[in-house]
Amino acid sequence: MHGTPPLDPSSTPQAARRIEVRGVSKAFGTRADEALELARQGVSKSEILKRTGAVLAIDDVSFSVDAGEIFVVMGLSGSGKSTLVRCLNRLHDPTVGSIEIDGEDILKASEQRLRELRLGKITMVFQHFALLPHRTVAENVEYGLKMRGMGKAERREKALKTLENVGLAGWGDRYPHNLSGGMQQRVGLARALALDPEILLMDEPFSALDPLIRRDMQGELIELQRRYRTTIIFITHDLNEALTLGDHVAVMKDGRLAQVGKPAEIVLNPADDYVSAFTRDIDRGRVLPARTAIRRPADPAALSALIEKGAASIGGSRPLHEAFGLVSGGKPVVVIGPDGKPEGQFDATDMAAMLAGDDAGKGQPAQVRPEAGQTRQGQTRQGRS
Amino acid sequence: MSDSMNALRAATDMARPSHYGELPLDDWIQAVVKDWLVPVLRPFFRALQMPIQMLLDNLQALLLAIPFAVLLIVIVLGAWRAAGRGVAIFTLVSLLLLDWIGIWRETMITLAMILTAVVFCIIVGIPAGILAARSDRAAAVIRPILDVMQTIPSFVYLVPIVMLFGVGMVPAVIATIIFALPPLVRLTNLGIRQVQEELVEAGRAFGSTSRQILWEIQLPLALRTIMTGVNQTLMLALSMAVIGALIGAGGLGLIVNTGLGRLDVGYASVGGLGIVLMAIILDRVTQALGETGRDGKGAGG
Repeated sequence: MHGTPPLDPSSTPQAARRIEVRGVSKAFGTRADEALELARQGVSKSEILKRTGAVLAIDDVSFSVDAGEIFVVMGLSGSGKSTLVRCLNRLHDPTVGSIEIDGEDILKASEQRLRELRLGKITMVFQHFALLPHRTVAENVEYGLKMRGMGKAERREKALKTLENVGLAGWGDRYPHNLSGGMQQRVGLARALALDPEILLMDEPFSALDPLIRRDMQGELIELQRRYRTTIIFITHDLNEALTLGDHVAVMKDGRLAQVGKPAEIVLNPADDYVSAFTRDIDRGRVLPARTAIRRPADPAALSALIEKGAASIGGSRPLHEAFGLVSGGKPVVVIGPDGKPEGQFDATDMAAMLAGDDAGKGQPAQVRPEAGQTRQGQTRQGRS
Repeated sequence: MSDSMNALRAATDMARPSHYGELPLDDWIQAVVKDWLVPVLRPFFRALQMPIQMLLDNLQALLLAIPFAVLLIVIVLGAWRAAGRGVAIFTLVSLLLLDWIGIWRETMITLAMILTAVVFCIIVGIPAGILAARSDRAAAVIRPILDVMQTIPSFVYLVPIVMLFGVGMVPAVIATIIFALPPLVRLTNLGIRQVQEELVEAGRAFGSTSRQILWEIQLPLALRTIMTGVNQTLMLALSMAVIGALIGAGGLGLIVNTGLGRLDVGYASVGGLGIVLMAIILDRVTQALGETGRDGKGAGG
């Protein structure tokens, strides 16, 4: 998708910045300012709570989100991720910091302007769906349109169309409790999409769903996102989900961002022990792009020769697990770059080493590894897959 | 032995404030209420009296003007629609019995009285409950007032009420309002506060003003709890029928009091039966109304 190798931190393409969060902190309690002052002096959260009675939920967080990407904030419960996402549409007001959306500082927005933003630009999907039980499915989807002041017939038409888009045609007259969890969350999604939002905030939208349904919904979300190019801020406590969905992933711990980066960066270059502890259990085959398995210098002539001899090839940004079928019998696989030219090659052993992750943390691309030029007799690594 | 006990008692009595004379709290309250509160506030309370008087008179006149058979059919059909066939049959039999034992007129007078009290409880109580739910500060002010209203024995406030309003139906209705109001305020507050935080957040996230959130989300979802409050208020109002009769209310309460005064067990019991039957009918009907108030929430799980 992106034009440069994924491991280069300067590689973010110059897409339009949609959201710019700078130095945002949020403390809950009457003595919030005092709490932040203590935090600046390096006092721990529990000590701050003891001294001021204020809970420091977010501590000096900065990040930016590009237009049309899925930006995932991952963290355990209590890490402040839900508070953070609620700052973006000001369900919570940050104690300090600035949040710009398309250049507008929303912390300075009036109540009136905020309502406009929430009715046009930024909508939200909730963890437990937050559907009104006394309203039908269609009425729930109409909610935002009604707040916008749209007429009855018009908003019903729009609601039914949106329901169709999320696969719920014909369910409009039922009540939410008639629907399964997955279907209820589709209603929640439809309610948000009915407003044609540019930015969609999703607070653990799939956490309450069964694993199989969650997998389906993830796939559909990616579909939807491709179709509408909506910018999505997605909150989750599941790193696998984060790495599958995210164009960028921010890992949150105790109100701070432990690391922000592309999924492959998080896996290959975890910023600290906390992040690396998470990455141990993830499905690397689905997260890492194929080009990360390249372990020897690229020699364009040799690669072209390989292709001519009929070697298999794979796009560099495809997930590595797609190459499982290609590497059988020790044959090399050629990695094709975004420009259509070969970038490098790997074989089963290279791939197994990458999947096993025993070099995680070094995270150096193949080109600089001294032994990479040697052929297979020097390999000692054991593949697990 | 008993000498030493007496010595000990004499010594410890030194610690009792009453040893040095009694605090004339009762005189002070008497003075404040009688010489200050009553004269100063009388115009205000007279004004308060007016709407209650109007509603009460009209309601009573209406109930007594409608022919028995018509009113019977209306009430029974209403009970049927709200609470089903069983309650409707019970209502029919009860109302016929009440007429048969000769207390139909008194029943209607009591009904007018408690309905008036409940209407004003709703007018005051639901907004007060909403206020308490939406502002912790308001709740902190309202809660102790409710505590006082609920803990003061009703006989205690009968006296100032008589001083302010005189004797009659209206003072009885006012005493009833004071007695019956608290649960409605408390349950309205509770019902609104119990609405899931995520639903209120969703309302805000979809551009609702706090007024829209109140009407679109909080009140509909709190309706069942609020209806329980109305039911409780109604029951409490009915239980004031006898006490209200002490300060001039007529109706079934007066029958009970008269029976009590004459030691006429039969007469008192007839009044008591009327109150009990009315209580059962009103309770079943308002509870059923609360059930239908939940709409979509019912069958799910």
